[in-house]
Amino acid sequence: MTERNDRLRTDGGEEQGDGGDEPGDGGDEPGDAGFDEWLAAIDDGEGYYLESPTGEGSLPPRRICPHSGSTDIEEKPLPETGTIEAVTVVHVASPQFAEDTPYATAVVDFGPVRLTGVVRGVDLEAVETGTTVEPSVEERETTGDPLLVFRPV
Amino acid sequence: MTAVRVAGVGLTHFGQIPERTGRDLFAEASQLAFEDASVPREDVAQLNYGNFMGALAEHQGHQAPLMAEAAGLDCPATRYEEACASAGVAVREAVKTVRSGEADVVAVGGMERMTNLGTAGATEGLAIAADDLFEVRAGMTFPGAYALMASAYFDEYGGSREDLAHVASKNHGNAVENEYAQYQRAVSVEKAMDAPPVAEPLYLFDCAPITDGAAALVLVSDDYAEANDLDAPVGIVGSGQGTDKMALQDRDDLAWTPATEQAAEMAYADAAIEADDVELAEVHDCFTIAEVLALESLGLYEPGHAIGAARRGETAADGDLPVNLSGGLKAKGHPVGATGASQVVEMTRLLRGDHPNSDAVDDARLGITHNAGGTVASAVVHVLEVLA
Repeated sequence: MTERNDRLRTDGGEEQGDGGDEPGDGGDEPGDAGFDEWLAAIDDGEGYYLESPTGEGSLPPRRICPHSGSTDIEEKPLPETGTIEAVTVVHVASPQFAEDTPYATAVVDFGPVRLTGVVRGVDLEAVETGTTVEPSVEERETTGDPLLVFRPV
Repeated sequence: MTAVRVAGVGLTHFGQIPERTGRDLFAEASQLAFEDASVPREDVAQLNYGNFMGALAEHQGHQAPLMAEAAGLDCPATRYEEACASAGVAVREAVKTVRSGEADVVAVGGMERMTNLGTAGATEGLAIAADDLFEVRAGMTFPGAYALMASAYFDEYGGSREDLAHVASKNHGNAVENEYAQYQRAVSVEKAMDAPPVAEPLYLFDCAPITDGAAALVLVSDDYAEANDLDAPVGIVGSGQGTDKMALQDRDDLAWTPATEQAAEMAYADAAIEADDVELAEVHDCFTIAEVLALESLGLYEPGHAIGAARRGETAADGDLPVNLSGGLKAKGHPVGATGASQVVEMTRLLRGDHPNSDAVDDARLGITHNAGGTVASAVVHVLEVLA
């Protein structure tokens, strides 16, 4: 999995020491600190979210809970599975997803937070709300970029 | 507080005009607005201009001074960007400026050039109104986002594709006589039902088109209108704005749009009216489901009841509450950065009596415009009234 994390972590992530970048590791593009680590953690099966003292959930990068206004937010493990709350089968996409069509985009409820991603591993005709799914990181068919994917448990 | 009057309005034809530059589109709309207003350009104190994707479509940032120049104006100019509500906030800020006494005459409008990008390019451009990290990278498209809202609505309240097809058919019917509309043609419910899917349950005729166009208005203070003996019977008497969480995944209820509710409450209070006082509305129907969501969050229908409004004929031209007599975004077209201003243009003409569909609202004195950005993370509502 470390190999895949190198692919996801384009900014060097936590390993970024005083030596600075290591060109070539993740291309020359700077990444999105906070988000990249979060996606890499999901890829490792160690997904997390940010929780306020009153139990509201949000996602990084974040300094203040958008629901409670608390700045005292801490990482909590993301529940292993979620439930599809709304889903659509997309037939017309941007060029970034042209070769992925048709695909199912879903908002999935994990309790304290919801996540948006693509449902795979189920016939598109049969994708429905209420299905229990688990998150993983796979690749976009069109560009090879990392993609948050939900598969039925 | 001074009333703000609409002294003049102008629109370009909305449609697929890929070769026309943004500056030329805005120049045309503003020229028509000044001709309509009989206001000299040197009296304009400020230009508020809406635009969303100019950097993508024309490789052109810093558009406000360019558009002031195109419109023949020599005054401070500012571009407002709020996705598809860009021109709505430009109008709102213009209203505030006139009301504050800071200026007697403000020019306001918007422009979007889109079709030169092609369908895929424009789809990609529109997507940046959503959350890039958590939505766009997960394959969310603009129609896809509204499709999720539609499926959430159907789950919560019921409703069908056919109900949505009635919305499309109604708005296309309203556009037939509107010379500025992209699609001046009727579409039957059957034809709308028989279209290819875009993002289920939304099909081709559930979606507003990709459109080039511009809109402009000249807003003046009551005092200025009186001193210059202007014929400006319609005033903007209420303004409101609301904001919601950017990403759908962070909203409590995908079938409700709180930003619209907030904007409406603010605008109604500002105008000292109730939802029941509204006689006609131009609402942001970028997708058919968006018209349904708007009518409910605007307080014109109870939650779960607007889905059948078009089917029952209530929102038709001859119904109790005509909605989108212009043809709406669906048939008139949706040049995103111009839409909010174009709704105020259409409502002004409907209330003045010089719109092709004014006959449907002969005695109407009070209408609202509703402009939304993204998946209604932003919303702007204006109340227009025929003043004495």
